[in-house]
Amino acid sequence: MSTVRNDKPKKQIHLAAHFPGVNNTTVWSDPASGSHIEFDSFVEFAQIAERGLFDFLFLAEGLRLREQAGKIYDLDVVGRPDTFTILAALAAVTDHLGLTGTINSTFNEPYEVARQFASLDHLSDGRAAWNVVTSWDAFTGENFRRGGYLPQGERYERARTFLDAATRLWDTWKGDEILADKASGEFLSTPTPGAFEHHDSQFDIAGRFNVPRSPQGRPVIFQAGDSEEGREFAAAKADAIFSRHSHLEDGQRFYADVKGRLEKFGRRHEDLLILPAATFVLADTDADAVELAREIRLQQVSPATAIKLLEQLWNRDLSDHDPDGPLPTVDPSENDDLIAKGRASARSHGDRLEQAERWREVSRAKGLSTRETIVEVTGRQSFIGSAETIASTLDDYVQADAADGYILVPHITPGGLAPFVDHVVPLLQERGVFRTAYEGATLRENLGLREPTR
Amino acid sequence: MSAPLPRLRLAVALDGAGWHPAAWREPDARPEDLLKPGYWAGLVQEAETGLLDFVTIEDSLSIQTDAPFGTEDDDRTDRVRGRLDAVLIASRIAPLTSHIGIVPTAIVTHTEPFHLSKAIATLDYVSRGRAGVRVQVAPRPRDAALFGRREFPDISYADLRSPTGEGLLRETFAEAADYVEVLRRLWDSWEDDAEIRDVATGRFVDRDKIHYIDFEGLHFDVKGPSITPRPPQGQPVVAALAHRDRPFELVGTSTDVGFVTPRTAADIASITAEIRAAQDAAGRGDETVHVFGDIVVVLDETEQAAQDRLARLNEAAGAAYESDALIFAGTAEGLADLLATWHAAGLSGFRLRPAVLPDDLRRITRSLVPELQRRGLFHDAYAETTLRGALGLPRPVSRYATTEGTPA
Repeated sequence: MSTVRNDKPKKQIHLAAHFPGVNNTTVWSDPASGSHIEFDSFVEFAQIAERGLFDFLFLAEGLRLREQAGKIYDLDVVGRPDTFTILAALAAVTDHLGLTGTINSTFNEPYEVARQFASLDHLSDGRAAWNVVTSWDAFTGENFRRGGYLPQGERYERARTFLDAATRLWDTWKGDEILADKASGEFLSTPTPGAFEHHDSQFDIAGRFNVPRSPQGRPVIFQAGDSEEGREFAAAKADAIFSRHSHLEDGQRFYADVKGRLEKFGRRHEDLLILPAATFVLADTDADAVELAREIRLQQVSPATAIKLLEQLWNRDLSDHDPDGPLPTVDPSENDDLIAKGRASARSHGDRLEQAERWREVSRAKGLSTRETIVEVTGRQSFIGSAETIASTLDDYVQADAADGYILVPHITPGGLAPFVDHVVPLLQERGVFRTAYEGATLRENLGLREPTR
Repeated sequence: MSAPLPRLRLAVALDGAGWHPAAWREPDARPEDLLKPGYWAGLVQEAETGLLDFVTIEDSLSIQTDAPFGTEDDDRTDRVRGRLDAVLIASRIAPLTSHIGIVPTAIVTHTEPFHLSKAIATLDYVSRGRAGVRVQVAPRPRDAALFGRREFPDISYADLRSPTGEGLLRETFAEAADYVEVLRRLWDSWEDDAEIRDVATGRFVDRDKIHYIDFEGLHFDVKGPSITPRPPQGQPVVAALAHRDRPFELVGTSTDVGFVTPRTAADIASITAEIRAAQDAAGRGDETVHVFGDIVVVLDETEQAAQDRLARLNEAAGAAYESDALIFAGTAEGLADLLATWHAAGLSGFRLRPAVLPDDLRRITRSLVPELQRRGLFHDAYAETTLRGALGLPRPVSRYATTEGTPA
């Protein structure tokens, strides 16, 4: 365990709430689990997060229903709302909570996305944020005019140029153009606000952007990719990273790596927040929490789900495999056409072989069945314990630079966040590392980020 | 003696500070608030107190201009410029209202039907069944340049009747019809009972009740299914504004509500005949397609006061306001007379375009509506909770639903 240096003031922790998504983290079979599509669920979830003084709500996105072996995947939650539309509605039932939407730069166009985020920022009085993701698959592209396929090498180029184009559009209005002077009849102080031209390898666009400057100027920008290109993109352009590294050591490694890249882009250490996705299991005692965590993992990895997860890594039909028996002796398929579509999976045969070998080691070392192995090696909860344990661990991790805060994904929708808000947040406040009231007027201010420079 | 007409339906079209270009200079106008959520919430709540069936919200991808058919954006500084995305305004105000339908405008020429379909489905969830969408084409070079993906010929209003203009209209409206077809198929792509949450088998959905739409068209192919489950209304309401043949055809083949612009009662029969013919040709003869008259309204205590106000607005604007729709300047009683006549002539409702906000909207809700109620032409309370319900449209079964279904 790393120790905190005493010469440094304690970092303030940022917390966010990820509306549970379409994967096996979400235990929809629990009697407490509510709708994933009715508006009431979103309202309840957002209002719990706001009661807990969270920085923002986070929504993921996938633009085609997941399939496995050519069939719609039916074991997890299926179905989600449109990101922009649900966030705009949530702006009506919250006052401070940031609204972060994942929007794909492959299946959208910069003019439209810039307009939607600027509109959302106006309609939420400065609470909009964009998690910029890229996609690459022709599978998802089958739902869109432009089709989808983008060579791996062009994914980040498109994301970069897309964000550059959107930024150019947001910056076309300075914020002082609207006079609305009834007496003189001058609505605008200048004849052509919004005028732009943008030409690069991906986009060739011109005209006038029609949304005047929004409260934050631009939405807060998130990046979620973990690759070398993704890290460079984040260090150059993003305000925050939605990372997957929620444990101490991998968190510290990732944190040091990405923060270390900032200087070459002329950016300060505090200009980029590292916010890993994290799960938690809270109980009265640490022992109870460990037991509960195990139960939840078994719910998340049912025998049927275990086989599906196995197939995703082995990339072959293993429907006859016994989940309570050992891992398959056969190796993952060499076929790079993936059995699982519409999700981020191990893509190359080499990666799959290597990962399967790791699973086998765990299985051998601990004498675990297929299902037990998968319970062990996938999706282990980030924070498990009593409220005291979770609060102190979370604080320690942040002070030890494993993160600047966490994006929490409860396993129950929509009420799963409430125990954290009711029991952990007060302890973090007592420790002096979490706000007792929203301090800023905008999401950017609550995150402690600087105004964007043009 | 024929059966009494059903009550007339009433909608208002919201746009910026109002439809008159000088509306923003009126004493009660709030031109500095046009981008604020409270402004829009106030307007829609006012419309709901007047029991209106729905509001529409205008939109455009390109910036507003006084010359919509020009190649270039204008550079006027004396007009309202800048706006917010209408679908997002609609969603922002939906939780603050409970009965009124909400129909944002969406441009269908450059955008993705997959995105719009789930956006309107989500609006339907957020509003608990009060969503619609008014589809609008934008086949102009200045809109296309914002996307940089297609070229459109530079055609003036006069040239629309030329062979090039006719070809452009034909292609653009064919694409719009394809677009609406995709919206509707995607809304149907999940059957109502696709979510089963069957703990015994571990299945969240019955995938046999989720369908590919496999649409193939000239401008786009869409595989489906939607990522958003079937919305509360099954099919949110689709509307379009139409002035002539091709657009009338779109109304008849693809929409639930057409907004049209007769100048006199005599125009109504030919307009509705064209729409009904297209409806029949599309095999929709037994479905309800509402035809609403669009009218710009300047309402006041006396006809003279309304005329004076219009004159004042025109003077402030520097030119007499011209519109595709009839401009009515008069009293609520006079407008009620006109609506009654046009209603009897074959229009099932009206979309009133307030010249000035909030002034003319308040005249609609506080003077016109009571006048229509006195005449028995308008309802005294909301009887339905969905927009389809308000329009007398049944909730459709998904086109993909199988009759036998899967045993539970």
